[in-house]
Amino acid sequence: MTRSSLLVATRKGLFVAEGAGKAAQLTRAMFLGDHVALAIADRRDGSWYAALDHGHFGVKLHRSANRGETWTEISAPEYPTKPDGFVDKDIWGHDREWVTKGIWALEPALDSDGALWCGTVPGGLFRSTDRGRTWSLVESLWNHPTRVRWNGGGGDDAALHSICVDPRDPRCVVIGVSVGGVWRTRDGGATWRPHTAGMKANYVPPELAEWPEVQDPHHLVQCPSAPHVFWCQHHMGIYRSTDDLASWHELHAPPSSFGFVVAVHPRDPDVAWFIPAHSDQKRTPITGELVVARTRDGGRHFDLLRDGLPQRMAYDLVLRHALDIAPDGEQLAFGSSTGNLWVTDDQGDHWHALSHHLPPIYAVRYA
Amino acid sequence: MADVAFTPNLERHVECPRRAAPGATVREVLDGVFADNPRLRGYVVDERGALRRHMTVFVDGRQISDRERLSDRVEPRSEIYVMQALSGGS
Repeated sequence: MTRSSLLVATRKGLFVAEGAGKAAQLTRAMFLGDHVALAIADRRDGSWYAALDHGHFGVKLHRSANRGETWTEISAPEYPTKPDGFVDKDIWGHDREWVTKGIWALEPALDSDGALWCGTVPGGLFRSTDRGRTWSLVESLWNHPTRVRWNGGGGDDAALHSICVDPRDPRCVVIGVSVGGVWRTRDGGATWRPHTAGMKANYVPPELAEWPEVQDPHHLVQCPSAPHVFWCQHHMGIYRSTDDLASWHELHAPPSSFGFVVAVHPRDPDVAWFIPAHSDQKRTPITGELVVARTRDGGRHFDLLRDGLPQRMAYDLVLRHALDIAPDGEQLAFGSSTGNLWVTDDQGDHWHALSHHLPPIYAVRYA
Repeated sequence: MADVAFTPNLERHVECPRRAAPGATVREVLDGVFADNPRLRGYVVDERGALRRHMTVFVDGRQISDRERLSDRVEPRSEIYVMQALSGGS
């Protein structure tokens, strides 16, 4: 088991836990009082990045070169001016503002040193080649004819929340958008194709149910050692692709396949974790029992893991970025909207509570 | 020269001392301030140059009416306050 740091992004600050398994402890708090949407570590150069949402004062990005000892504000992605006369209205008929309203994904782009991808609300993908000093909108995706039909899922605007950089070829990138579907570029962002065959939505009329842009992937992951395998927690349930996104097939994890998060084992594409909620209508654990669902056989069977998790009157919801797996494939961590944080060092057989007293947790990430 | 003051809540994120700046409109005055303090711009206006949604500006005690182009007139001795809405309790 390797020593690791865990970045915990919350409604009121960024917290760091250090140490492995049950020995892990929360050791530091930074940006105290500020809404931290997510934080990542770039393993290429050790930089940490934190995405802040100041509400009144807008969305900001900060970078640390010394593991959070000090932070420097860098540029946040900015949209270009909407062309005069361009019709871009949301599903309610309101003009869509071309303004960065949130940062919902940030990942190293592995094709050049210091390059990053950033997913935003209202749905734009941005790229930096200089560690976030400057950003440019990936116009090929933003100008795709279907993009004006992307819409909010929960919020008013579409959110680009998942970015999977293919370990076989860094110019190949898959993204997930709520609500806008699953898209892939094979040429570094020049062209994009949808990859939603097999997904279905019941929240639109039946004739639209299989349209790519109405699909609502809540979160999307790619197995690093078997990159032809993807897992998706979709609004409608759990999907898996084993043919490099040619198709998706639906899986069932009784008693509920509804949820937001998914994690896949870094070396075994058949092993994945989900955290179910009752349903779209009741976004709480089923009967007040918090469980993690784990499959070891590609989704044919799911075990419900309970050891160390509250089994009575528990109403934690785990948002889409709030589950992560460490590179060792043994440690996982998740945090809830009610400020509870759990870790495991045996793939979820036993969970250990690191804190019951944090602000609402938006994202966790191993550094 | 107008006198420009910013909500104290901004000071935690970016330095923004009270200062004098020339200009005949709110846009001209604020652009002058931002020219000397580029990081402040993104905290007050978005990439379109419009006031951020929960920010507001008062000129001599009157809330401005043009939140997008900031074309409200400013007199040579005007007092400008860049303020924020109060947040909820969450």
